[in-house]
Amino acid sequence: MERRDCVITENRELADGVFSVSFEAGEAALSARPGMFVHIKCGDSRILRRPISIADARGGEMTVVFEVKGDGTRWLSRRARGGSLDVLGPLGNGFGRMGGRVLAVGGGMGAPPLLFAARTADARVTAVLGFRDGGRIILEDEFRACCDEVYVTTDDGSAGERGTVEAPLGALLARGGYDLIISCGPRPMLTAVARLAASFRVPCRVSLEERMGCGVGACLVCACETARGGAQQMSRVCRDGPVFDAGEVAW
Amino acid sequence: MTADMSVTFAGVRFRNPIVAASGTFGFGREYGELYDISALGGVCVKGLTARARLGNPTPRIAETPMGMLNSVGLQNPGVDAFIANELPDLRRLGVVVIANISGNTASEYGEMAEKLSVARVDMVEVNVSCPNVKRGGMMFGTSPDGVAEVTREVKRRSGVPVMVKLSPNVTDIAEIARAAEDAGADALSLINTIVGMRIDVNTRRPVLRMNTGGLSGPAILPVAVRMVWQVARAVQTPVMGMGGVSRWEDAAEMMLAGASLVGVGTANFSDPHAMTEIIAGLEKYANERGVGRVGELTGGVMEY
Repeated sequence: MERRDCVITENRELADGVFSVSFEAGEAALSARPGMFVHIKCGDSRILRRPISIADARGGEMTVVFEVKGDGTRWLSRRARGGSLDVLGPLGNGFGRMGGRVLAVGGGMGAPPLLFAARTADARVTAVLGFRDGGRIILEDEFRACCDEVYVTTDDGSAGERGTVEAPLGALLARGGYDLIISCGPRPMLTAVARLAASFRVPCRVSLEERMGCGVGACLVCACETARGGAQQMSRVCRDGPVFDAGEVAW
Repeated sequence: MTADMSVTFAGVRFRNPIVAASGTFGFGREYGELYDISALGGVCVKGLTARARLGNPTPRIAETPMGMLNSVGLQNPGVDAFIANELPDLRRLGVVVIANISGNTASEYGEMAEKLSVARVDMVEVNVSCPNVKRGGMMFGTSPDGVAEVTREVKRRSGVPVMVKLSPNVTDIAEIARAAEDAGADALSLINTIVGMRIDVNTRRPVLRMNTGGLSGPAILPVAVRMVWQVARAVQTPVMGMGGVSRWEDAAEMMLAGASLVGVGTANFSDPHAMTEIIAGLEKYANERGVGRVGELTGGVMEY
């Protein structure tokens, strides 16, 4: 991990209010692994950096995909190519080793880190991606380019299959043959994915989200209740995660 | 001319006056991966309690204009685990170690101070000002009698200098400072965070799960400078000033107000290298102004 000023190489709006920003990151891009995140300073007037998962890293360049949620992400969405970004990272633990057949299950803004995993994993990947509606679908073509199969669901049925990721995920698991599930998305979705993974006895790693302070493990703000080795404890999402074994998270 | 940046504070020698504030720096491991923390004056470790604490439910943090609220609730592994698992590595880094302690009772504070003295920390910082726990903490720090009771007990059992960390959530901080000094405190540190609250207008829910939390960051700097100034005039005891310091100018301001050491906390989150930049800036300022010893800045404000 290190802090560096990075030159922005691209800023693209993928969907309404969802942006993909790429920047030169040198060594940081080389050490980035799927599931890790960067902590980005969003202007001088905001005290807290914004933790954003890495959507891709290649050739010394890194990409983050984020939704405008407030002042900080709005500021970030307005950065132009050629401008500079203060980036701390890469931080946290990623999805780890992936082999065989992997199921990548993403909900909304949980999809971007899974794309990085799907693109670089030495594995055959099936992606199941859920979104609120057709207008919010992102990165579908990119997933199709690197996955064996891609299933898309929308809550309102305006595109893909109607409903949540649970139905296709359940059907795929029943079909069998998967070695690992990796997942990122809203907490209720992760809870459902973890439950399905446990019932089909497939190892599952989930990427959690929590409001963060320092991003490096010092401030203990982004706590998450886990049971490691049987004992209840508060883990740090930034340092001990953001990717955890689903079995050790206190759902 | 090269200024002497070292400061002797309550009998302890600090390489320079810049100290990591408790709760923002863990036990030094994480920032130690980013830079050599022996460059710092010292480190106040994350607040310790007699037994391990899991802390408060999340969300524990909220951003505010030029600041932030936190409500971590003293999550820590407990004093024994700190001594066994964290202190040896922190010692090896070669930085002054100040152990921050919180208790439910005065005797609990005393017991911790004794254990930590035996384990050879350089100093204890008595936290009577944590706003995020139900018992102990600020309950002691907001009355002169409470502060005096805890200070006396810690002094009785501590083998190392005792610094009492004061709460800004009081009517007259100078009165509290005098009570700590009269009870034997070797030093004072101030300010802890200011109690604050934010509400999400869409959900009508407080942003923090505990409803309220402690405000820190540049937003509180003027309050901290004022309180350091008031306290430094009221007592003989040396003062570590903190609250919103994020640039070397802020550190110089804190010293001019009367601080001998300057704590830096929230600024570490914005810029993990904030402290080393503050040290470099302060040294340059001292050199350019012909200040022989950085300690000459302490109390140097020319009041009207």
